[in-house]
Amino acid sequence: MTEDRLEADLAAMWRIRAFEEKLQALHKSGELIGSVHLCIGQEAAPVGACTELVDGDALFATYRGHGWALAKGTPTRELFAELLGRATGVNGGRGGSAYFSAPEYGFYGENSIVGAGASHAVGAALAGKHDGSGRIAMAVFGDGAMNQGAVGEAMNFAAAFDLPVLFVCENNRYSELTPINDMVRNDQLTERATALGIPATRIDGNDPARVRSTVAGYAAEARNGGGPAFVELITQRLVGHYIGDVQQYRTRAELEADGLVEPLAVATSALAGSGVDTDAIEGRARAEIEAAAEQALADPFADPDTAKEHLYA
Amino acid sequence: MTATKLTMAQALNTALRDAMTADESVVVFGEDVGPLGGVFRVTDGLTETFGEQRCFDTPLAESGIAGLAIGMAMNGFRPVIEMQFDAFAYPAFEQITSHLAKMANRTRGRVRLPVVVRVPYAGGIGGVEHHCDSSEAYYAHTPGLTVVAPATNADAYGLLRAAIEHPDPVIFLEPKRHYFTREEVDTATPVPPIGQAVVRREGRDATLVAYGPSVPVALAAAELAATEGRDLGVVDLRSIVPFDEETVLAQVRRTGRAVVVAEAQGFASVASEIAARIGERCFHHLEAPVRRVTGFDIPYPPPKLERHHLPSPDRILDAVDALQWDET
Ligand SMILES: Cc1ncc(C[n+]2csc(CCOP(=O)(O)OP(=O)(O)O)c2C)c(N)n1
Ligand SMILES: [Mg+2]
Repeated sequence: MTEDRLEADLAAMWRIRAFEEKLQALHKSGELIGSVHLCIGQEAAPVGACTELVDGDALFATYRGHGWALAKGTPTRELFAELLGRATGVNGGRGGSAYFSAPEYGFYGENSIVGAGASHAVGAALAGKHDGSGRIAMAVFGDGAMNQGAVGEAMNFAAAFDLPVLFVCENNRYSELTPINDMVRNDQLTERATALGIPATRIDGNDPARVRSTVAGYAAEARNGGGPAFVELITQRLVGHYIGDVQQYRTRAELEADGLVEPLAVATSALAGSGVDTDAIEGRARAEIEAAAEQALADPFADPDTAKEHLYA
Repeated sequence: MTATKLTMAQALNTALRDAMTADESVVVFGEDVGPLGGVFRVTDGLTETFGEQRCFDTPLAESGIAGLAIGMAMNGFRPVIEMQFDAFAYPAFEQITSHLAKMANRTRGRVRLPVVVRVPYAGGIGGVEHHCDSSEAYYAHTPGLTVVAPATNADAYGLLRAAIEHPDPVIFLEPKRHYFTREEVDTATPVPPIGQAVVRREGRDATLVAYGPSVPVALAAAELAATEGRDLGVVDLRSIVPFDEETVLAQVRRTGRAVVVAEAQGFASVASEIAARIGERCFHHLEAPVRRVTGFDIPYPPPKLERHHLPSPDRILDAVDALQWDET
């Protein structure tokens, strides 16, 4: 693996980390309100996977989706504006942290209902089969979502119809406050996919190169008519489930251990001695994010008078 | 000493505790409700006190949670299940409306399902869409469901006890914006019967009809109106189904004017039903058409716009002003 690539990945991961940390600050200052779910610690997944999607492909994420939207190319300023309730946001400030979409960038949306997006991805893939576009779809969800009926239904649909859907399960080991191991008997989540006839792999989700090569292999097969695949990414969130969650259900030791394997720490130490200035990478990311946030904060709020647009009632 | 100051979350917790102590068949389950006590801490300490068989975490699977409750209820248990936020109950909608609601009627009472579905309900917390829905109309529209919405902490306690004792399914809507409001609660007060509204404030000039989180808003409006020389009464429905028509109509007949206040969007809503009933049953007592003050007919807006959406004392007073008062 080349250092160039790792350097670019670290930069991409820092953009996401800096974005999320800026949100923490904006929440503290009261500029950002409502429930906000951060992906701090899980940046390698979007950075590794999104480079394997091309124009016309469809990505569906969850409420923990800021990183996926950014990695897919949604501009930082419009994303900040969206989260801050500004009229200039990707959805005019009406979607917000857990709901926005930006299909013009291939980001077909977050979803605050756990498991609800998986079948949307299957539909997008079926549309691709019908319209001849060759589109593949990616559905991202967490370990907890594996227990929703809707996800099981979606996986079987994709399998039965041989549809090009990549199911990406970010296993951060918690479903809100509840450890995944308390809620499953078989913690090899990949086996649910293989039981349906879907090829599946569990990998280190903190390594963007590993994520990329795995997704690349499955994406190539899907584009060639090979049907769906399932990738389980073992990862961790370094922060609470939402901003404000004090995580009394996790030990300090566990959080410290997670801090050692989290993707930015790992990439930074891998680049030590290579001559790459990782501090400068971080600095550039923070500067970009600060500027975008500042612009968004100066934008006008969504106008309540437009509330009845796009409705019939 | 049975009277203490409790938050609404504590009042609900106490009700669950007392019910579990009184009746071994009461079991509590849902996402994160076990050892950690739930996202709103309503089930705090129940697993510790009653053990894992009586209060436990489930997989993230609402349809499964509701279905499980049905199967347990068929076999002698009284499940109290939690749906973390309003819209998270929709994956369970099929189980609730097609099975839970219909079983008693379909079996001519042979299979009764004493299940309580607790829903942290409505908005006002700066939350977002799925976290702030007012979902009562879906349930109220479904025959077979009893729908209860307490407005005070004392009622949160008493009505949850009543709901758990109820022989058939109850949708229990907890105004989540009041979870951490403190009020006096006397747990020795007899459990109120479900289906009885209460007059929270007598008034001569017009009647405000409200339930759940809209009751304090209506009371605030009545306070304001009093300073302007208008005497407004407030009826708290407490239970949406059954609807205590008698209490509501008696008040409206006396005042001749009514405004129904509810947070849910107004079209095809519970507020509409109440307004229609009043119109049908006491038309000749009315001085003016019944008005509704509700949320707008839009999906629940993002936090920055929430205050425009929620019924406020000002909007209520505007509606009261429009009740065709003679200039005297
Ligand atoms: C249908 C539904 N039920 C419950 C919730 C509340 N909730 C939000 S996230 C979450 C846990 C999801 O865990 P997981 O799928 O592992 O994703 P993670 O948050 O860890 O990324 C729960 C229970 C919800 N949003 N939607
Ligand atoms: Mg998880």
